[in-house]
Amino acid sequence: MQVIQADVVVVGGGGAGLRAAIAAADVDPKLSIALVSKVVPMRSHTVAAEGGAAGVTRADDSLEHHFHDTVAGGDWLCDQDVVDYFVAHCHEELVQLEHWGCPWSRKSDGNVNVRFFGGMTVQRTWFAADRSGFHILHTLFQTSLRYESIRRFDEYFCAELIVDEGRVRGVLAICIATGEFVFIEAKSVVLATGGAGRVFRQNTNAGTVTGDGMGLAYRAGVPLRDMEFVQWHPTCLPGTGILMTEACRGEGAILVNKDGYRYLQDYGLGPLDPWPRAKAMELGPRDRLSQAFWHEQQKGRTIATAQGPAVHLDLRHLGAKKIRERLPLIAEAAKTFAGVDAVKEPIPVCPAVHYTMGGILTNVRCETPLPGLYAAGECASVGIHGANRLGSNSLVEIVVFGKVAGEQAARFSASGKGPDVTGKARAASERCLAMLNVSAGDRLATIRDAMRDAMESGVGIYRTGETMKTACDALAGLAARWRHGVRLDDRSRAFNTEWLGAIELGFMLDVAQAMAHSALNRRESRGAHMRLDGFGKRDDDGYLKHTLATHAGGHSPKISYQPVTITRSKPEARVYGGAGKQAVLT
Amino acid sequence: MSRTIAIEVLRYGPETDAAPRWQRYDVPFTDEMSVLEGLQYIKDHLDGSLTFRWSCRMAICGSCGALVNGTPKLSCETFLRDYFPGPLRIEALSHFPIVRDLAIDQGDFLKKLEAVKPYLINPDVPAGNTFVQTPEEMDRYYQYSQCINCLLCYAACPQYGLNEKFTGPAALALLHRYNADSRDAGKAQRMEVVNAEDGVWGCTLVGYCSEVCPKGVDPARAVNQNKIESTKDYFLRFLKK
Repeated sequence: MQVIQADVVVVGGGGAGLRAAIAAADVDPKLSIALVSKVVPMRSHTVAAEGGAAGVTRADDSLEHHFHDTVAGGDWLCDQDVVDYFVAHCHEELVQLEHWGCPWSRKSDGNVNVRFFGGMTVQRTWFAADRSGFHILHTLFQTSLRYESIRRFDEYFCAELIVDEGRVRGVLAICIATGEFVFIEAKSVVLATGGAGRVFRQNTNAGTVTGDGMGLAYRAGVPLRDMEFVQWHPTCLPGTGILMTEACRGEGAILVNKDGYRYLQDYGLGPLDPWPRAKAMELGPRDRLSQAFWHEQQKGRTIATAQGPAVHLDLRHLGAKKIRERLPLIAEAAKTFAGVDAVKEPIPVCPAVHYTMGGILTNVRCETPLPGLYAAGECASVGIHGANRLGSNSLVEIVVFGKVAGEQAARFSASGKGPDVTGKARAASERCLAMLNVSAGDRLATIRDAMRDAMESGVGIYRTGETMKTACDALAGLAARWRHGVRLDDRSRAFNTEWLGAIELGFMLDVAQAMAHSALNRRESRGAHMRLDGFGKRDDDGYLKHTLATHAGGHSPKISYQPVTITRSKPEARVYGGAGKQAVLT
Repeated sequence: MSRTIAIEVLRYGPETDAAPRWQRYDVPFTDEMSVLEGLQYIKDHLDGSLTFRWSCRMAICGSCGALVNGTPKLSCETFLRDYFPGPLRIEALSHFPIVRDLAIDQGDFLKKLEAVKPYLINPDVPAGNTFVQTPEEMDRYYQYSQCINCLLCYAACPQYGLNEKFTGPAALALLHRYNADSRDAGKAQRMEVVNAEDGVWGCTLVGYCSEVCPKGVDPARAVNQNKIESTKDYFLRFLKK
């Protein structure tokens, strides 16, 4: 086992991790920053984000609007002090990306254009056509190449956090190419590993989105917060789950059922006219739109496709020119993966798991309760998304809080070195090696697919106590089988993705259990957590509080609660649709 | 609905093989299944040791490039139905060392990417606001900013196959992307890479790089424009002497 010293380790090379590494390097060029990623950074899932990033820009917008949209969008489960910090720092971070080269789409006068997104009062979403995440990621990655103090560990898989005397001391990683272990000893660690959508079957996420960082922190004793809140994106290709961005609707696309009827008007998002208008019909929030699909399906008004039920996302009236300029990736992906020409035909879409609102518990400084450990981006629960995230808030979250995490971790790294913990790292490496030598037990795919089925059927868009309990029991059984051992075909060390897959599966099972138990214990409906078994209403007296799931070894997670920080927006009815003035699309 | 296709994969493991070898798998498939999904089926059900990179499965992360019947392709957007009944031959992208099976060593490209200084070099940043850049100014570089670093163009480039020092299509396209950006002032620094023996003059205009590019970046055009720039640069320096 190789031992390497660093001041700060950043785990994850997506938008949040790269922004954290750059921020840490900017604090003090003498600090050594280790950037550990299981893929070369530009492969990270940030690359697949399409629609854009929110930041108050127009004269008719305000921080107050962005604050209220976010808090109401989150069904009042957001920490309002954190939302205030967030909305105040979005614009400057989007400008920073522009200064680093991000090719944001422009108006004819050369200034950055903004588009509509669901649940937002005013156009405030910066976009780079519909490849916003791709451009943000490549801009950050390429900019990071300027920094000599950032040492990259590309294709190193982080297997464990090394914790000693109540603080984090580094990470044990596996060099994927060789299978060799490396202990990166550090004074602080930033987790920026993204979400966990892969615990579900039909999802928009890349194969890498397996909740690694959440699992790492959780096993180290850090609670996972609000894990029951999983976002279904309403417009994805049936079967693959490939994302058809919300920007389609931001640019004017409509959703119709099998009768050609704009069904959203039946679910508190109408009336139809005047259209388009902010926060109504197709510009409603994602939770409401995915829930509306579920009801349409119950009523038999969806369209049967070979890959499952769908509704139609219709872009035709936008015209070939606008589609080509604003939504080129969508046109390409619809053609390649669904065989549909979006200029001439509607695209069949359905909801798919997209985002984990919850994550590793942090405060506004991205500090977890474990000294030296920070988290940012989708893996974290910093408190801005509540029970439902608004589209385009996460792509700016990664830079706003990536920067905070990097700066905080850099400052913390001034604290002194602790006692030698190489022995702990070596013990961790032996645990990993033991998994390589299992010759009995289930195949990886068997446990993984059973986990996904349990989550889809038990912890879906609508839930009951019974379905969630069934899922909890199934997951406990699967976790026991995983602990017993996953039988591998591949015993070699070099680039053994089956071995790494077995480790990832362990993280996914932990995260899935945190989600299912957090959901089972929340006896109300709020945002993306919808129950059918007599808890169909929001219950502010009982549940205006964050769920904390704490790891309990081989047992079910321990569930506890934490107050929500409410500063000036008292919970009220969450209303979309209704009367409003017609918006002019830009 | 399901048919079966023969997939032959070029396997190589540094711990188990002295040289690459072909291995055949019979894979049941449906019409919508990609070559990547065929590989995933093999890994899940037939042989967990088959090794390949993948991530987004929607042709934007650039991970899953391979030679499919000899042609560089992204395996996620190539479909088994188009190769029925097979055998369909899949092997690692050419011109790169194989780490294992379909996973190549990307290190050389990453060094080249770094060498072209792929970031804005401009000390005069507008305070508190963005640069003004018209859509027309953006058009001059936008196409080249679409590179996903999938390396299909390097596998297609005969010059890179002959001379691994050649900076190569994607890195030169990205170099041009920044040189052509109205916000950038770093062109002079990048011209050293352009003018070098292994810069644009290493290209012999085969153009296969642009043909295989899954994103329409057209690296051959970027290289050509830089040959003009390099020539101008040469004469300007000559005149200054």
